[in-house]
Amino acid sequence: MAGERTITLEVQRFHPEADEAPYLQPYTIPFSEGTSVLEGLQHIKDRLDGSLTFRWSCRMAVCGSCGCMIDGEPALACRAFLRDYAPGPVRVAPLDHLPIRRDLVVDQSDFLAKLERARTYLIPADERTPADGAYRQTPEEMADYYDYAQCINCLLCYAACPQYGWDQAFTGPAVLALVQRYDLDSRDAGKDARRAVVNADTGVWGCTLVGYCSEVCPKGVDPARAINQRKPASVADYLLGWLRPSGGEGTP
Amino acid sequence: MRRSHEPLLWLLFGAGGLLAAWLGPALILFTGILVPIAAERGVTLLGYEAARGLLQGPAGLAAVAVVTLLLFHAAHRIHHTLHDLGLPAGRRTRLGCYGAAVAGGALAAAAVLAL
Ligand code: SF4
Ligand code: FES
Repeated sequence: MAGERTITLEVQRFHPEADEAPYLQPYTIPFSEGTSVLEGLQHIKDRLDGSLTFRWSCRMAVCGSCGCMIDGEPALACRAFLRDYAPGPVRVAPLDHLPIRRDLVVDQSDFLAKLERARTYLIPADERTPADGAYRQTPEEMADYYDYAQCINCLLCYAACPQYGWDQAFTGPAVLALVQRYDLDSRDAGKDARRAVVNADTGVWGCTLVGYCSEVCPKGVDPARAINQRKPASVADYLLGWLRPSGGEGTP
Repeated sequence: MRRSHEPLLWLLFGAGGLLAAWLGPALILFTGILVPIAAERGVTLLGYEAARGLLQGPAGLAAVAVVTLLLFHAAHRIHHTLHDLGLPAGRRTRLGCYGAAVAGGALAAAAVLAL
């Protein structure tokens, strides 16, 4: 189309079976007001280079698969628009701090293992079956954790977190926010099971309140708030730990 | 997972921060600005004898506690800021930061006792 605007995407490539190190590959593509970075990548894959690999699914900031570094900032490719980076070039790279599997695809194993270890799921006080009916909760009770429940596991906060960048043992923003999400839920009784993860050096105490995680979070989860809201309770655990035989560590 | 001992440091840090916010500006205003200005004009707001009398009582203990906690607050923040700046903040910086706070507190205690 005549007069069509174009922009150059410098995409970081890396195929571990062939490449020694990641490198940038430029692609120039047409774009309009409503073209997202994700659509730019799709244009490249469909028309210019089928070997480009990236994750996506919902293309509406719900699934959390398309996170990447866009001009050095963690962002969802489907929620970032090329018009904001014009005239370009705009650099697209895999999320910082995570191992690269291929091109823009990162390895999430560490995050998933941490999610599991932290038991970020509802642990009810008593055995229930669907026959017991719905779990009731007032709007006020829901408000306690609702913001934290918006997490889509996109890992932007892990790419933003300098502590995680330095030491991958740190449990990290999203998992700790999700611990709060369940601990604050009136239907949950799993606080003891999550205590050890929270109270460790790699738990809430690994955070020095840099706050970049909350800035990049596309869902307004505010993990920095969740973590620091939890510190007083962790202090209480610590002090009570001197009185309790389990030492306030809970089950590991 | 090993339990962190950070809560202890964080408590002291929090206490120092609270005191700094509550008392810091008032103390600076009074002892650092108002008393000297008044003294320049020949008005004694807090003379040596009065201050000495005050500090020899329980207020002396409180003053030492406030000074120590304020220093502890600073030490904790500096230690973590070093780490955030990517400087290797290990045992030695830890010792240096918290050690300086303890030394400052000891100095304050010695000064009060020497009155
Ligand atoms: S807390 Fe926010 S940035 Fe982190 S994974 Fe969840 S949605 Fe993404
Ligand atoms: S494609 Fe689902 S969040 Fe971007």
